[in-house]
Amino acid sequence: MYTELNSILNTTPDSFTQGEFVLLSDRQSDASFLIHHFLSLYLRARCKVCFVGLVQSFNHYSAISQRLGVSLTQAKEKGQLVFLEGQKESLSVLIPQENDTGSQAMDFLRDPSVGLKSLYDVLLSLGVSAGAVLDFSHYCRAIVCSQLQGNVVMLVRCDGEGEEDEGDDEGSERLMKGLTHQCSLTLHVQGLPTGYCRDIHGQVEVCWRRRRGDGQYTQKKLFQYKVHDKGASFFAPGTSSAVL
Amino acid sequence: MAAPMSSVGKPSAERSPFNNTSFQKKTRSKLISIPGTRPSVQNGQLLVSTGVTSLDYLLGGGLAVGTVLLIEEDRYDSYSRMILKYFLAEGVVCRHELYVAAAQDNPDDILQELPAPILDDVAMHKPAEQPRLSREPPDALDAMKIAWRYQNLPKVQTALASSSRFGHYYDVSKTMEPEIRQAAKCHRFYLPEHPTQSSPPHSTMLESYSALLKSLQEVINREGFDVAAPMSNSRNILRIGLHSLGSALWGDDLCCHDNPKNGRALTTFLYGLRALLRSSLSVAVVTLPSHLIQDRAIMGSITRLCDNAIALESFKGSERETNPLYKDYHGLIHVRQVPHLNCLASKLPDHKDLAFKLKRKQFSIERLHLPPDLSDTVSRVSRGELAGATTVASACGSGSSGNKHLDF
Repeated sequence: MYTELNSILNTTPDSFTQGEFVLLSDRQSDASFLIHHFLSLYLRARCKVCFVGLVQSFNHYSAISQRLGVSLTQAKEKGQLVFLEGQKESLSVLIPQENDTGSQAMDFLRDPSVGLKSLYDVLLSLGVSAGAVLDFSHYCRAIVCSQLQGNVVMLVRCDGEGEEDEGDDEGSERLMKGLTHQCSLTLHVQGLPTGYCRDIHGQVEVCWRRRRGDGQYTQKKLFQYKVHDKGASFFAPGTSSAVL
Repeated sequence: MAAPMSSVGKPSAERSPFNNTSFQKKTRSKLISIPGTRPSVQNGQLLVSTGVTSLDYLLGGGLAVGTVLLIEEDRYDSYSRMILKYFLAEGVVCRHELYVAAAQDNPDDILQELPAPILDDVAMHKPAEQPRLSREPPDALDAMKIAWRYQNLPKVQTALASSSRFGHYYDVSKTMEPEIRQAAKCHRFYLPEHPTQSSPPHSTMLESYSALLKSLQEVINREGFDVAAPMSNSRNILRIGLHSLGSALWGDDLCCHDNPKNGRALTTFLYGLRALLRSSLSVAVVTLPSHLIQDRAIMGSITRLCDNAIALESFKGSERETNPLYKDYHGLIHVRQVPHLNCLASKLPDHKDLAFKLKRKQFSIERLHLPPDLSDTVSRVSRGELAGATTVASACGSGSSGNKHLDF
């Protein structure tokens, strides 16, 4: 849980909006540090969390959360956290026979849970179509957000260079657009447009999409961030400690 | 803290602090000590050497056990093949087990070309070896006249001495001797010799990849590299070398077409490979002819799926070969990805402009620097005109077209 990000998003472990669908996306950078933020935030808020880990193993998340002050093993023992190891299950699927991994994920939803996270670009690279992933996220949202008043947090990666006429990248771009439409809060992580910098790892664009009586209202804010060992710090563009 | 003596044999026996205390030194490291590995200083991961010490430094001390290193081949597959051979040769010297898979060359040919290790202070198990310590001919060893202090020492050093060093040097002009090579256990996978099985109908993986994955899993389970296997006294590391994955010889059309039909076969295989590696004591090096892959998005997802990724770009045959800027080097090396394993921040190298040079006894990677211009001509060839767009898939945006240095 990064305190600066909490103040940006106006969330605390005691109060955050329920029924939200948060989308984390990145383009040519790595937004997984945001996953750790949300994971530790929800665990500190004492919600039940269901985590689908497709890319890294449980030990990886556990080691990092330890540094952020949350113990995943304890949460798992208490029953607060349900961790689904995508990698181990996938091996049993990939080698003897192939199964549609999308259908496997549907079984996970039966748990009554508040938070749900996953990493969806891996599903795309495994051959699940963008349409299936969009359907899955729609069902997630319907069940978790509307019925159970929970939150869904999803991480998507887009590798496109931003050209819309790339026909073969339609999978990930289409997925991005579909998911952005469905969600209520987006955090888009990008590298700095001016190039690589050792002290500023990139920029985050936070976009709230709220529905009000007269229509959709979007509010955007841009921050720069730096990831270090025990967390991440966020600051307004140009106010990095390396510059000032 | 001294505990009272349990048995009072002699009343005047002195209390030796070493025998009679209940103090037990807590062993911090739960890591099993395997020859040829060492724990990382950054995050405590178990590391193995890639065989190239400068590449070890670039990757943060070495290659972590359970990860994949992707090497994007240079145009003629000369230097990437060299690094693969260094990796396998290091495995032989450290007594690890090897697994080599190739579709183009027979794995035996690759194994015969391994470079010879430079063993100056290390003795390997060789039957006809002369012990270094005695300078006399064998028949006079019974009575050493000069080195008589060494008379009682064993003649051949045990092979564990070779594993106390991390990272060795190799002489590229000589090949490894067959005795040393045969001491290491090698598993081979040569695609043309492997019977093709029909793949299950809904598979996104090709038969070649699924056969390879199955064979890898069999070897890991059979030889006991699985982490879940019962702990025996001797654990070893399996070094996996996969040559030229994704090329047309594996049956993949990723490198042949702009819109490949099996676009996701290789990515599915890499995902399965990583899942296998994470649950076993093995490490893999995969080379990939990335210059043939047209689809940048698929290349991006392939890079993401591998933990470490570097790309080699050799100057051979290109216009840069005759360029005075690059005359000391053989090519450029780009670090595409470094892993974050159990930690939030990753350690990217500080400098993006790295070049490599293959010397006879060392493969060195250095920072590219402009030599001082001592000629009369004022205009110096600026680096911005030469360096192509080197995009680094890290937290930096897509690079602008080269750095434009101000020319005075």
